[in-house]
Amino acid sequence: MFRYVLRKLVNILLSLFVLATATFFLMKAIPGDPFMQEKNVPAAVRENLIKYYGFDKPLWHQYLIYLKNLLNLDLGMSMRQQYQSVVDIITRSFKYSLQLGVVAIIVSVVVGVAIGLIAALYNRKLIDRLIMLAATVGIAVPNFVLATLGQYYFANKLRWFHVAGLHGPMDYVLPTLALSVLPIAFIARLTRSTMIEVLAADYIRTAKAKGLGSLTILIRHALRNGLLPVVSYVGPMTANIITGSVVVESIFGIAGLGKFFTDSVSNRDYTLIMGITLFYAAILMASRFITDIAYAIIDPRIKISKKGG
Amino acid sequence: MKAKLTLLLVSIVASVAVLAGCGNDNSGGAGQEFRMNLGAEPPTLDPALMQDQVSSTVMSGLFEGLTRMENGEAVNAMAEDIAVSEDGLKYTVKIRQDAKWSNGDAVTAHDFEYSWKRTLDPNLNPPAPYAYQLYYIKGAEEYNTNAGGTVDQVGVKATDDLTLEIELKNPTPYFKSLLSFYTYYPVNKAVVSANPAWAAEADTYVSNGPFKLSSWAHSDSIDLVPFEDYYDRDSIKLEKVHFVMISDASTESNMYETDELDWSGKPTGSIPVEQLAQLIQDKNPELVSQPQASTYYYNFNNSKKPFNNAKVRKALSMAIDRQAIVDKVSKGNEVPAFAFVPPGIHGVTKDFRDEITTEYFTENADEAKKLLAEGLAEEGMTAMPEFELSYNEGGVHQPVAEAIADMWNKNLGITVKTQTVEWKVFLQNRTSLAYDVARAGWGADYNDPMTYIDMWITGGGNNDTGFSNAEYDALVKEAYSTQDQQARVDAMAKAEQILIGDNMAIMPIFYSSVNTLVKPHVKNVGIDYKGDIDYTRAYIEK
Repeated sequence: MFRYVLRKLVNILLSLFVLATATFFLMKAIPGDPFMQEKNVPAAVRENLIKYYGFDKPLWHQYLIYLKNLLNLDLGMSMRQQYQSVVDIITRSFKYSLQLGVVAIIVSVVVGVAIGLIAALYNRKLIDRLIMLAATVGIAVPNFVLATLGQYYFANKLRWFHVAGLHGPMDYVLPTLALSVLPIAFIARLTRSTMIEVLAADYIRTAKAKGLGSLTILIRHALRNGLLPVVSYVGPMTANIITGSVVVESIFGIAGLGKFFTDSVSNRDYTLIMGITLFYAAILMASRFITDIAYAIIDPRIKISKKGG
Repeated sequence: MKAKLTLLLVSIVASVAVLAGCGNDNSGGAGQEFRMNLGAEPPTLDPALMQDQVSSTVMSGLFEGLTRMENGEAVNAMAEDIAVSEDGLKYTVKIRQDAKWSNGDAVTAHDFEYSWKRTLDPNLNPPAPYAYQLYYIKGAEEYNTNAGGTVDQVGVKATDDLTLEIELKNPTPYFKSLLSFYTYYPVNKAVVSANPAWAAEADTYVSNGPFKLSSWAHSDSIDLVPFEDYYDRDSIKLEKVHFVMISDASTESNMYETDELDWSGKPTGSIPVEQLAQLIQDKNPELVSQPQASTYYYNFNNSKKPFNNAKVRKALSMAIDRQAIVDKVSKGNEVPAFAFVPPGIHGVTKDFRDEITTEYFTENADEAKKLLAEGLAEEGMTAMPEFELSYNEGGVHQPVAEAIADMWNKNLGITVKTQTVEWKVFLQNRTSLAYDVARAGWGADYNDPMTYIDMWITGGGNNDTGFSNAEYDALVKEAYSTQDQQARVDAMAKAEQILIGDNMAIMPIFYSSVNTLVKPHVKNVGIDYKGDIDYTRAYIEK
């Protein structure tokens, strides 16, 4: 187990390094810089800025400086938001995205598994067909449509919610809805198909024959296997949701991380581009790592240590 | 069992849904509160580092310069008296005795001197992008650009706590209004020299204007409350100014409709394009529309064949229908432009546009066709090659470009490729003259035609067309050398005739306007000639 974890960790660090290198050079390759705007600053002022940020040095030199700072865990200052460090910006906005994301994930998993189960239990009956129809629609409708429509009807017309912001518990409802419809639909379909398979399996029949209670069978035997595909879906989904959605956050005016993915690039805020890319990658890899471990724990067929295999 | 289990699952789903069912009332702003959208987080609230309208919208409540603008006139603010020498080069300013900083300190002449010299410091961390707004001051440019000037040679000096002496490079008739501009704000010397990051958070922030910064939730909202020791406290009626930072135009519109905002649209927000057209058509009483001193135009690459030929440029400019563009495409109360300096800019006694001709050319498709043929022949070409019309994303840029390309095609029989280019790439292309025809826009920095004229001198920092004309350069110099307003205006009008009438170096399309939605209970919010908002003397009347 220890060696397995260690190997995974080394892989993660290596991937982060490769990613940092690629992002650095790609980002510098796109035309434009943080100081360009409709009204040009005079050449001499521009020179002062370029010198201050070290853009006059050769690219490899800039890269080495960046790596050195990175090893000291210094992500630098934003070039757009004056006197704001990249770490501060990420921490501050991640708080919003994380809070909203966790709610959305819990709702997605609970509701998704629940309706998936119902559909499986009523396999091929009317309820099942209705649920699967709804799930197909849920997968097909993009979240900006849900967000825009939800905001217009529930906040503007019916006035049940605030249009934007994340200041009270009620403010979570619409963005959560927009974020979780797709994962709910996906999880429901996954749950349904694996549960139908599992419920028909021999060992379930055996369990029934042994006279175990149906609830026990469902939860201890069926669900445990039935949830495996869900777990592998939820890992990467978690990384995506907690790092914020550009669309949902901009529509609901949430000060989360999402908009920085696009804004940092359009502002050519180099330090923030690097910081946010590495942060996202780290979260994604961490969630995959946890998924792998969780998988190993849930699925008795996966053996981690070579000794046991 | 199946039924029981289903019941359990259904109740889980239902309880999640119930969360959504609870009502929520959107009560309007309480009492004297004014709420508007900034559209984005201000990049900075430090006068030295500012260069954008989001920051300046917040700062106009927090800070005050030696003068401030009231109904288009510069009136004394931090200054009690401003004496100007006969040659227009020396300003002696008396600071008012009752001016205070929000931490209780007195505002002194030293704060102004410190602030301006700090902005000009080429080694400021980071250097000030807008430092050039101070280049009117003698020695400022030489110091800021490391061109042999030292800080002691900069023409600003506090001779005592309340006296500031300013020496200018050239006589500048509009210098008093410049003194109200944000680059000329003071900063508290003691606070700023002790903490360079003083402007990053609300709790270390010190300002001298009618309001102070009560909270700054980054990327979310900013609140201002009145500064009790402001010298003109009695004129300040609002108890709170609340700024949100919503980037999505339809969200802003929903917030306005549900009374979560009192103001929507320019200068920092936006009204969705289709909705604005509808509001104008319906003559919505909450829609306030007024001209903005800003020109929307196309750059011709004057250095590239066949756009180096004035006849070709004139042909293109004469072959479009500007009225149709503003009526049917941009649809935001714009005004067709046949010159470059927009209405709203002062001339000698009246508006510059009212004193000088308003049209340097007329639209005429037949004439255009003839000119195009002549121009192409002069360049040794038989037909207009296919070329690119590029613009950046957003606004009405794409529909306007497509309409113009269509008009060119119909009236001149030429093929134009329209192309959307990402903002920074677009700017890079424009600056390096890597384009054929490109969208551009220019808003005033100060209320004088010069803000539109001196940018086109040979090699000018914002002259991204390759236009170069010795007579033009001489006229700009001439206008700079005198403080006789009639002589200045004459020189600048001649220059504009060369720029548009003789050369059509650029193609004017329309003058913009400021469109805003304002709740009827909001009174006394000002929008100036360039579209900046003044909410400091506003009040709510319900």
